[in-house]
Amino acid sequence: MFEIVRAIVMRDLTLAMRRRSDVMTTLFFFVIVVSLFPLGIGPELDTLRMIAPGVFWVAALLASMLALEKLFAADFEDGTLEQMLLTPQPVFVLVLAKVFAHWLITGVPLVLLSPLLGLQYDLAAETLGVLLLSLLLGTPALSLIGAIGAALTLGLRGGGVLVSLLVLPLYIPVLIFGAGAVEANASGLGETGHLLMLGAILLLALVAAPVATSAALKISAE
Amino acid sequence: MLEVSNLECIRGDRRLFSELNFDLSSGELLHLHGHNGSGKTTLLRTICGLITPTNGEVRWQGENVRRLRDEFARELVYIGHKNAIKADLTGTENLRIACQLDGIPVSEKQAWDALERLGLRGHEDLPVRVLSQGQKKRVALARLLLNTSPLWILDEPFTALDKAAVSYLQDVIQTHVANGGMVMLTTHQEVALTRGQVKQLGLGWKRDGDV
Repeated sequence: MFEIVRAIVMRDLTLAMRRRSDVMTTLFFFVIVVSLFPLGIGPELDTLRMIAPGVFWVAALLASMLALEKLFAADFEDGTLEQMLLTPQPVFVLVLAKVFAHWLITGVPLVLLSPLLGLQYDLAAETLGVLLLSLLLGTPALSLIGAIGAALTLGLRGGGVLVSLLVLPLYIPVLIFGAGAVEANASGLGETGHLLMLGAILLLALVAAPVATSAALKISAE
Repeated sequence: MLEVSNLECIRGDRRLFSELNFDLSSGELLHLHGHNGSGKTTLLRTICGLITPTNGEVRWQGENVRRLRDEFARELVYIGHKNAIKADLTGTENLRIACQLDGIPVSEKQAWDALERLGLRGHEDLPVRVLSQGQKKRVALARLLLNTSPLWILDEPFTALDKAAVSYLQDVIQTHVANGGMVMLTTHQEVALTRGQVKQLGLGWKRDGDV
């Protein structure tokens, strides 16, 4: 079982390395959206500090959603997806491996870059740490939840718009507790509660999303 | 033994086939024919379990394949229209990941040998993207050389292949059948394989597809 997960993760990472531009688009989207706000609003430090958590989290949400398109689409087109459904491995394990690889490619760079981008918003060092931690817990949950939408809209015309309608409402709890954690730290209230909630959401997504995604994939493959 | 009983499939509002009954025992080859759009691919995908039949069932060793799932998947190789290979990976990488997913990990050496036997010597470490259609098909078919599953379901395996590859593939299929395997295939090409002692199943012109 572990071998299979490793094989799929390695395959997707190799593919991403050979198609670097696809990976970079998500990251650049995040960097540009986050950097546009200080440019547009001006050097009003109090305002910037206030909007930072919301801006970062909304940008992360949108970046994660943009990346969803590529999660299963290529495998669906070249037929590797239907072969995955015909392997003697449980499909949800394969889904979990694919989502993990997808998060490593599109989520992790964004998480790692966020403290640097946070400097534009005059966030305190400790708050930057909380921002990083909240994104680290939140972005895998976003990838897991988004995978359900990506699987459901496979092969549909206008799937991109449909995926945002399906997935964005489900992202709301992650947004609330993610941005909430950063805000709570900045205002001195303590971020523990929010981070624990994010962790709980991640665990719930980890259990439920792969099963729902594999069911959706089977429907899409018909 | 593979048994298909009373199988019916409706896609959209078209009935592709209904009351379809046939079986396939070990050491048998079944040639499925029919005009374009008669439902050959749909039938093959239904047998694999990718499509839920509207009615009827497919049984493997007496059990419904939808209940067997993983056990049936272990006994089956399906090679469809889509080659299921990644354009950015090399032939050996593609073959090794496909075999790993099938649950039979193969070494680098075995993968190279299989590709060489299919006439891809010198192309093993090129990204599949730069290969021709026929060569891509060969990479996809190389799985058959490494797989030990008894049931092969092949959808148009001869398309895009040259004469040498067609005759080699026929040998591979014949050896598999002679060793007690089961093969079900569709093809529009005239090949020696489908003229001998094989089961024929026609879709489209006959309502119940008699063997």
